[in-house]
Amino acid sequence: MAEYLVDIKNERLSFFTPAGEVKALNDVSIHLGEGEVLGIVGESGSGKSVTAYSLMGLTAHPGKLLGGNLNFNGHQIENMTEKEMRKIRGNEISIIFQDPMTSLNPVYTVGNQIMEVIRLHTDKTKQEAKERAKELLELVGINEPEKRLKQYPHELSGGMRQRVMIAIALACEPKLLIADEPTTALDVTIQAQILELMMELKEKLGMAIIMITHDLGVVASMCERIAVMYAGKIIEYGTADDIFYHPKHQYTKGLIRSIPRLDTKEHERLIPIEGTPVDMLNPPKGCPFAPRCDEAMKICLREMPPVTEFGEVHYTQCWLNQKEEMEKGASHE
Amino acid sequence: MSEHFIEVEHLRQYFPAGGFGSKKKYVRAVDDVSFFINKGETLGLVGESGCGKTTTGRTMLRLYEPTDGRFTFDGDVVFDVAKKEFPNMLPFRKRMQIVFQDPYASLDPRMTVGDIVGEAIDVHKLAKDDKERYDMIIHMLERVGLNSEHANRYPHEFSGGQRQRVGIARALAVNPEFIVCDEPISALDVSIQAQVINMFEDLQEQMGLTYLFIAHDLSAVKHISNRIGVMYLGRMVELADSYKLIDRPLHPYTKSLISAIPIADPKQARKSNRIVLEGDVPSPLNPPSGCTFRTRCPYATAECAEKVPEWKEIEKDHFAACHNIDKIN
Repeated sequence: MAEYLVDIKNERLSFFTPAGEVKALNDVSIHLGEGEVLGIVGESGSGKSVTAYSLMGLTAHPGKLLGGNLNFNGHQIENMTEKEMRKIRGNEISIIFQDPMTSLNPVYTVGNQIMEVIRLHTDKTKQEAKERAKELLELVGINEPEKRLKQYPHELSGGMRQRVMIAIALACEPKLLIADEPTTALDVTIQAQILELMMELKEKLGMAIIMITHDLGVVASMCERIAVMYAGKIIEYGTADDIFYHPKHQYTKGLIRSIPRLDTKEHERLIPIEGTPVDMLNPPKGCPFAPRCDEAMKICLREMPPVTEFGEVHYTQCWLNQKEEMEKGASHE
Repeated sequence: MSEHFIEVEHLRQYFPAGGFGSKKKYVRAVDDVSFFINKGETLGLVGESGCGKTTTGRTMLRLYEPTDGRFTFDGDVVFDVAKKEFPNMLPFRKRMQIVFQDPYASLDPRMTVGDIVGEAIDVHKLAKDDKERYDMIIHMLERVGLNSEHANRYPHEFSGGQRQRVGIARALAVNPEFIVCDEPISALDVSIQAQVINMFEDLQEQMGLTYLFIAHDLSAVKHISNRIGVMYLGRMVELADSYKLIDRPLHPYTKSLISAIPIADPKQARKSNRIVLEGDVPSPLNPPSGCTFRTRCPYATAECAEKVPEWKEIEKDHFAACHNIDKIN
């Protein structure tokens, strides 16, 4: 049996808000080998960040893990105490947040914030930690690291701050880096720099990356595996080629169809996904995408579809694919 | 005399940024920008944050007082700083409207959607009585895919996409001829963006609207625009027909901007050669001398530091500002 670095099985997580229970994650399973890059795509509220945060033990109140196993590098995350969690966090598993403007502490220097991680997780002296911080800044392509160490976050541009965030995340050479929309707040030319840097560092350090984004362009160029989430479920999972060239779920197909392309030669009308995103407080019965799906059948509104597998990695949860299976099965008999 | 529907000439917008007397500093948010838009056409404006695209749109509507330049709308002067002509804006406000970027911040949370859309009708006294006012509001809501039921609700009861529809209905309520769309889709989910883009196109066809469509997402802008202008640090660097601009960009900044966009196609993404620009956008408080792009430009020469490149028509209807256009292409 293959050992995965990350192996999430049937995770269920809810937020108990005053307005009612929000089932943020509903039976989510993900696995990821060492050095692999997984992209999680989905709309806001689909549960992509919650999945990744729960793996770091960062589920915010009033969220509660209701079931499932979260295995990471031999740890059982769901059974760990906060104290144990702190030893792994920033050490074996790190995160880069979306907004580099708010995720650094404005009253500490950059050097201070990088050294904090190093001194917490290793027994390096202050001087050694400083040397290491300098190395890290060089690694992420920041020039004049000596000077930058003494600067405060507000003195740096957005792209630079995101580089500092990456430096902090990589300080202890983690096995897994979670990147939560790392480039959404950045301009395209800076985004290209940061994505290139992340791929370079992945090659150099051999870590696995979970890339959370809503930008299909970003996952297409970076990820080997892609999970598409909708309303707290992974509705399709596969390699980048599976998802982009042989999508099986109506939502994935719609998503790929609806993005404007740069390489069209004449004006084509966009094909949007009609309707509005799911109200997570009152999710529909059956398949959550059914109310927006143009090929929805009666059964879609009643029951959640089972998993249909295509090949080794590619799977989807959609009744339409079951129909194909059933018909195939019938013709074989 | 200007013959174009919208004609902007040498627009400048400087914001004071500290300092006293002769040491007073200015952010040159928009610096010598000229363009025109024909009736019924969409001009896209793209660029990175801080390049002045939003300021351009807002200054045109005189939401900021322009520092310099001239803007004529269908032959009428909206402002002409050199001649000190600043006519009353109220009649123009009925003809020019704006849709804002953030549908969460641009709607008053304490007004119902009906009142939000109705406010402009009241200001311009477009309705004879309450009945007509109500009918106009419902008509507008239906135009943007909402219905009469929604008129009595408050903004917080709507999703982002629906709120943006309310923002569009508000802009349409006075039956304008020209709309500045200031990043109207950036805050929306991918699956909703296409809905809103299609709606903008339908409305343009039905009502003969002219758009200035501001966004940083070049693929979306290309989709909706007839022509695209690219801005960098307060200046327009290139302007051309949208297909031409994407197919054969002339300015080095446009080239790198296009190549930086991640392609949603794994096979193409693996092949493509990205031009990754070094460094950051310089501060607009202290922009580089000469060509503002020279600090990141792979082709920069000594000339670029000395002289601001001239805004020239390189090919028919294809404008760019760069000293080395011939060498690069």
